[in-house]
Amino acid sequence: MDLELTPEHASFRATVRELAQGVVQPMAAEVDRDHRFPDEAINAAAEAGLMGVLIPREYGGAGLDALAFEICIEELAQACASTAVIVDVHTSVGTEPILLFGSEEQKKHWLPRLASGEMLGAFALTEPASGSDAASLKTTARRNGNGYVLNGAKVFITNIGRAAMYVVFARTGPEEKAAGVSAFLVPADAAGLRVGQIFQKMGLHGSPTGELVLEDVSVPVANRLGAEGQGFTVAMRALDSGRIGISGQALGIAQAAFDEARDLMRERGHEQGDDFALADMATRVASARLLAYQAAWLCSHGQPFTRQASMAKLHCTDTAMQVTLDALQIAGDEGARAGSPFERHMRDAKALQIYEGSNQVQRIVIARELLRG
Amino acid sequence: MDFEFNAEQVAIRDTIRELVQDRVAPRAAEIDQTAEYPKDIEKLFAENGILGIPFPEEYGGISGSSVTICMGIEEIAKACASSSLILAVQALGSYPILVAGTEEQKKRLCPPLAAGEKVAAYALSEPGSGSDAGAMATRAKKYGDEYVLNGTKQFITHGSIAGTLVVFAQTNASDDHRGIAAFVLERETSPWKVEKLEHKLGIRGSPTAQIVLEDVKVPAANRLGDEGAGFKLALAVLDRSRPGIGAQALGIAEGAFAYALNYVKERQQFGQAIASFQGIQFMLADIATQIEAARHLVFQAATKVDNKAPDLTKIAAMAKLFASDMAMRVTTDCVQLLGGYGYISDYPVERMMRDAKITQIYEGTNQIQRVVIARALLR
Repeated sequence: MDLELTPEHASFRATVRELAQGVVQPMAAEVDRDHRFPDEAINAAAEAGLMGVLIPREYGGAGLDALAFEICIEELAQACASTAVIVDVHTSVGTEPILLFGSEEQKKHWLPRLASGEMLGAFALTEPASGSDAASLKTTARRNGNGYVLNGAKVFITNIGRAAMYVVFARTGPEEKAAGVSAFLVPADAAGLRVGQIFQKMGLHGSPTGELVLEDVSVPVANRLGAEGQGFTVAMRALDSGRIGISGQALGIAQAAFDEARDLMRERGHEQGDDFALADMATRVASARLLAYQAAWLCSHGQPFTRQASMAKLHCTDTAMQVTLDALQIAGDEGARAGSPFERHMRDAKALQIYEGSNQVQRIVIARELLRG
Repeated sequence: MDFEFNAEQVAIRDTIRELVQDRVAPRAAEIDQTAEYPKDIEKLFAENGILGIPFPEEYGGISGSSVTICMGIEEIAKACASSSLILAVQALGSYPILVAGTEEQKKRLCPPLAAGEKVAAYALSEPGSGSDAGAMATRAKKYGDEYVLNGTKQFITHGSIAGTLVVFAQTNASDDHRGIAAFVLERETSPWKVEKLEHKLGIRGSPTAQIVLEDVKVPAANRLGDEGAGFKLALAVLDRSRPGIGAQALGIAEGAFAYALNYVKERQQFGQAIASFQGIQFMLADIATQIEAARHLVFQAATKVDNKAPDLTKIAAMAKLFASDMAMRVTTDCVQLLGGYGYISDYPVERMMRDAKITQIYEGTNQIQRVVIARALLR
């Protein structure tokens, strides 16, 4: 048993924290208010090598493990949840499919540019009629000579309009459900690819979310990731580790809300009612962090981690929702003012219970793992 | 026991329900997005007698019953929480007059409010005096037959648009709450300054103002009750208005639930409506149960207000506490039921979730409600 971070992880956390608190945090309120992409924060993250945390050094990345990735997202989210989700989606579901399923040629082509931040990655699985039931997706990829022609519409795509490459899931075969799905690496400048509606959201205002429309988009066979029919496996495996990132994002938001509530109580005085709320908040965050680190540790050590990643995502995001609501309650009227960090944290936190598998889907995954014979 | 509305109340409710469906619901998203006060809806409520609900007939109104007020607030809040405050704050700003006013004051001040010719507001909180209302710094000094008021009031719902403003101020030099008195300011004769409007998480169509009083003259005839009776009056008013906030929270939760319930019946995943999954069904059952429990507590509290029951302070605080906590949980779950669609502004539930939060904060935070309840229990 050893629940301390290694010196390497601790030192990595300190580095990310310095950047997050120094560069990212000061612009968080403005990014939220103006619904603007945090360019400066993403550029700073790229310069510090944070866009390629999980990518091996031979492909230009930092070559770090899942725990380092989790720590990176946690620190960024403590400063600005929008920045964190942009980096998270890029790093996990936007890049990891290539790391895990890409050919050597694909890795050499895409990874160095994703690692440097020259390219931003995104993940296009969800469709209007296919959310939790991802295997029912309808986007098609028709074989045509040396390539495929993609048609369909994707929704709720994070990094929409900013990504240079989308990992797109489409149906290549007549097979029902999961067996007919394949994954493709589609450059954003491909003819026929366009951005549809950009959604106005409750929170995460700095992170663009919207529709991706594919109309006769041609991609070469070289851009198919994995074998035909392997797409659903690619998606599910990417989401497993994506959940570690979302757990980190939830912990960062919860920690920020907790810290602000504690500072406010120190400043203005406190009675036992608020003391108890603060104690509950800290206890929830501490338990959630241990669960998230365990999932990351299992992943880093090549052990099965599906159940722990789902538990971490479920518990961390429910914790973030509860803690941000409690912190806002401690702050009262002042906290409900637009531009107050308290109301922003609460609006940001809600998305996390929904995306990368709603918490209902996490419960399905956990129960399935528990009941497996 | 009687859990039913009477025939007159049902008639009022049906009128409001129809107006809300036809005229308020279609405007709700726009009101939130533009954060503009819906003057058209105020006018609609005035024309249809809805703003007369807080007043008995002898003062130009149609009811004066807290049960009827709560019923009205609930119906409006189902579609638009900002609009529900038009009725709720008309009631809040009028209670001090109805509770502590002389017959002359009630006859003079109430009819324009009941007719909706004027909007009422209630100014108690200050920058340095929120939950600790006794610490207020606004001063009222008497010169002959008038008072001169100086101070700043914070988070005043409708303070910017009101024609009649009830202000609480210190008449003593000391900070003791035994010096507090209540005054009715009429905008034409006792004008106040609106310093700034807040941008808020929710109820964005309901203007929240900071108000500055600089040598504002108020006739002594507009003092409600005695000098020194103001603090007690402020608490008595909050006892009466808290069931209304409970009703607002209840309406918000019901509106979100009605939308989400319909959605889960229509949304297909895995070849079936998501409502057919037990995980979703359990959420629906919990939400409906919480709403039902809150509804009874809110209307029990309203009944206690109407009957001037001895335990009204405790039950009103319980209704506000329980209904607002319920609304926060229920709206958060309703966003969850809609998934990604719940999080975007093309759908109404994220607005309802943002609107719900303030019900846990205003008219006494829920921490204050717990203090009030515990004090009543331990007395």
